[in-house]
Amino acid sequence: MIKRGTPLLQVRDLAISFRTSRGLLRVVDGVSFDLAAGECLAVVGESGSGKTVSALALISLLSRRQSVIEGSVKFKGKELVGLSEDALRPIRGGGIGVIFQEPLSALNPVTTIGEQISEVIVAHRKLSWREAKKLAIGYLEQVEISQPDQRVRQFPHELSGGMRQRAMIAMALAGEPSMIIADEPTTALDVTIQAQVLEVLRRTTTERGAALLLITHDLGVVAETADRIAVMYAGQIVETGNAADVLRTPASPYTRDLITSIPSFAARGRKLATIKGMVPSPADFPSGCRFAPRCRYAIAACTTATPPLAPVGKSRLVRCIRAKDVVSGAARRAR
Amino acid sequence: MAATRRTASKPLLELTDVKRYFRVRGGIPLIRKELNVRAVDGVSLSVARGETVSLVGESGSGKTTLGRVALGLQPATAGHVTYDGREIRSLSAGERRALRKRMQIVFQDPFGSLNPRLPIGDQIEEGLLAHKLGDENARGKRVREVLDLVGLDPDYASRYPHEFSGGQRQRIGIARALAVNPEFIVLDEPVSALDVSIQSQVLNLLAELREEKGLTYLFISHNLDVVGYFSDRVAVMYLGTVVEMGPVEQVFKKPQHPYTVALLSAVPKIEAHDVKDRLILAGEIPSPINPPSGCRFRTRCWLREQLGNPDRCTTEEPKLAASPRSPDVSVACHFPLENGLASTTAKGRQAIKVKTKAASTKAVPKAAPKGRATKKRSARA
Amino acid sequence: MKKRAAQPDARAVHRAESPWRQARRRFFAGRQGPLGLAIIGVIFAFILIGPIFAPFNYSDIPNPSEDVFLGRGPSFEHIFGETAQLQLDVYTLVVNGGRSSLLIGFVSAIGSIAIGTLIGIVAGYFGGRLDSFLMRLTDVFLAIPSLFVIIVGARILSALGGTGLQTIVIVFVVFGWMGIARLVRGQVLALREMEFIEAARALGVRPIRIALRHVLPNAIGPVVVSFPFAVGGAIIGEAFISYLGFGVSALTPTWGNMLTNAEDFLLQGNWWWLFFPGLFIVMTSLSVNMIGDALRDSLEPEGRRS
Repeated sequence: MIKRGTPLLQVRDLAISFRTSRGLLRVVDGVSFDLAAGECLAVVGESGSGKTVSALALISLLSRRQSVIEGSVKFKGKELVGLSEDALRPIRGGGIGVIFQEPLSALNPVTTIGEQISEVIVAHRKLSWREAKKLAIGYLEQVEISQPDQRVRQFPHELSGGMRQRAMIAMALAGEPSMIIADEPTTALDVTIQAQVLEVLRRTTTERGAALLLITHDLGVVAETADRIAVMYAGQIVETGNAADVLRTPASPYTRDLITSIPSFAARGRKLATIKGMVPSPADFPSGCRFAPRCRYAIAACTTATPPLAPVGKSRLVRCIRAKDVVSGAARRAR
Repeated sequence: MAATRRTASKPLLELTDVKRYFRVRGGIPLIRKELNVRAVDGVSLSVARGETVSLVGESGSGKTTLGRVALGLQPATAGHVTYDGREIRSLSAGERRALRKRMQIVFQDPFGSLNPRLPIGDQIEEGLLAHKLGDENARGKRVREVLDLVGLDPDYASRYPHEFSGGQRQRIGIARALAVNPEFIVLDEPVSALDVSIQSQVLNLLAELREEKGLTYLFISHNLDVVGYFSDRVAVMYLGTVVEMGPVEQVFKKPQHPYTVALLSAVPKIEAHDVKDRLILAGEIPSPINPPSGCRFRTRCWLREQLGNPDRCTTEEPKLAASPRSPDVSVACHFPLENGLASTTAKGRQAIKVKTKAASTKAVPKAAPKGRATKKRSARA
Repeated sequence: MKKRAAQPDARAVHRAESPWRQARRRFFAGRQGPLGLAIIGVIFAFILIGPIFAPFNYSDIPNPSEDVFLGRGPSFEHIFGETAQLQLDVYTLVVNGGRSSLLIGFVSAIGSIAIGTLIGIVAGYFGGRLDSFLMRLTDVFLAIPSLFVIIVGARILSALGGTGLQTIVIVFVVFGWMGIARLVRGQVLALREMEFIEAARALGVRPIRIALRHVLPNAIGPVVVSFPFAVGGAIIGEAFISYLGFGVSALTPTWGNMLTNAEDFLLQGNWWWLFFPGLFIVMTSLSVNMIGDALRDSLEPEGRRS
């Protein structure tokens, strides 16, 4: 078990570009964050924010032919960007595990759950298949799948959505990684099942002192599961900080607008706050602040230069020159 | 809000004990058993003119199927679907087609619900053509009118679906439904596939249209926040039946059915709250082919566990009935909760008192809940 | 009706591009498609314009000469050389043979695809007993070994009235529609469940119109892709059965029956009689396959990036 608090993952200026017919298109820009052991960092954004692409790029799961990754990703001090497939392979699954959104497509339909878990064990821990099979049942127990000794022999389609997702978590845990990337792990699940799966995910990672990088668009999930949050918009991080603090007093106009636009029972009878306009596509990123065209705090200076990620208050970084106004504006509104 | 929108007392849509079964071949080969997927298994509800009623449930609840049956797109296996006083089954084919002008539907998937090979203007026009509403000029005008109504530039009528974003496509779907000027629209998860910031735009649009045109909505969703915001009444569905139904304020503030409590509890909330209160249901949703005997929810019911597993839950299926204390709300439970709000906290669940008019055979211990319902441990250990 | 402010979220798109135009753009953006088209274009041009340069009728015997039994090789006068025995001009034969072969190829492709598409749509869309019947029919046709039937059919038809081009075309059409029928039926079955079809029903659109206006344009993708492959298949098929001797009689030259006749003399040194028709068969087949592949790639874009 790793000591809590040691930085496990250090990402600096991660930039991802895709090869298109019109040349290299930069879709993610200047992403930097740290992830400490035992901590849960939620990366939040809507479609087109670049959150999934960024997460996949950490262990180079994007097509090498079609994408170019720049910047630095240090896992336990070792640089991952630029590593060959062979060098990355032991890290994938062994050091960093991944859980995908759609378990039905992420699991092999023609192999049993037990085999798929054993495969991970054999690949990363130098054990025999027989030993691996025994351990596989243990992992299924940890994720609280009912009747694990029977499930081991079942195929993915025989399991329900929630169970499949738990099987995926078991697979990720089987490599005994120090860190798990979970890409929208509960988006496709019913809400009562989502509660179960999130609980399992959080418990198993905390028990091991593993770090959890949770990609999601659901701010409620963030509030209940994450320690820290990084909000992404149009390929950039626009705010990072302690999850509860950010959700309570957002300092970035985008985060603020996102929170206020969520429908809720409490908002009955009122028109919902909206963010006018649309997320720009990478080919049309505005110069200057990318959120400026839609921002209610925008001033002339916002369009001239891209604001840097700057500290605001304690352990909060915001990419906005008017962050202080956003924070105080919110305080004023609360009256 | 609802009161001002109810204009007539006679319901516009009335479902009486509606069932919809799908035949499925199963069993061992050679011994062909005719099994039924009981997607909807006895639902009665009514929607008044101008009202927005939501169907809430998870997968297997039957809410999507119920929406189709209400619309007449699928026939009911049993029961009656009555629209504006006339039973749909008794209508001739021509009358049923004419009904399409009054009842419309907006789908969930902004990508699959539009024909990729036709310009959107043509697709919006289809309804007008099918019912011979106007000549070419009139139709063109209506298409532009309706695009403008949903906030899209009418000049985009010649464009193809792939040129639009998800939110815009949903608007196109709404425009298509509006073109024939319906009075009743089934909204099947209309914002579930959209980003949060787009959701609010589309919901505002739907609310505006509702005001302007006095529309009646049947809103299907699994998202309780959206339902809580948007509807007047809500029907909570589980495995093909309605377990609780009533005005949204009452159902959300004082849920009486243990499933409703679990649903409300499971929704992740942004506002700070004690995460220890989260009620996590155990188990999976049972198969709709073979629902549990008696009360369908009993296999996952935390209340039943707490009450010491009364036999009644296994032997007798609870009927949807209004309670004298809250005549607007109907619940299908042998032991409806009195203090619904309190049951959302762990302490509240421990102190539950039960109406004992039922023939509950076991004494009710005030036991601490254990086993089935797992309390979520605080994430910040 | 109040005028709403134009939504700023309207995407700035340059011009309406239908899926067809998109596909066309993708087709010409690649290399395979245009190359295939170029090759088949050259072959077509050759077939059409070629006769102008052929001084001889294909049955003329230009240079009867006792001692050149094997036929002369490519020369200035006979650029593809001469055949053995009859010393016919190979160039002329190839040009005329090409007409026949390409005609067989295209007509049978069109015929079999038309029938297959019709059956596929009817079976897929209307379902039920009709579907079962049509699919059993398809199975029956598929179960019959086609080569056997083609040979027998060709012989019967020839006994009735000569083995001309029509015979071969008819035989190919009658036994070539099944694959398309299944393909189209599969497409239609998948489409039937799509929400936009359900939407059309919900609007009250009649079934025939749904089938024609909504289902057909979306099902036609594989059909378009199959077309060049069907052409290629027919040309090769004709070559094959003519080689076996059951195809078009030698009175009407096709590339296929040229191969039959030329084979005997290959080892004796006459390579050009076999080579040139063979070359054209291969080039035609290659080019239609390239076109088919390029069509498939341009009509069905590779996987969606999430």
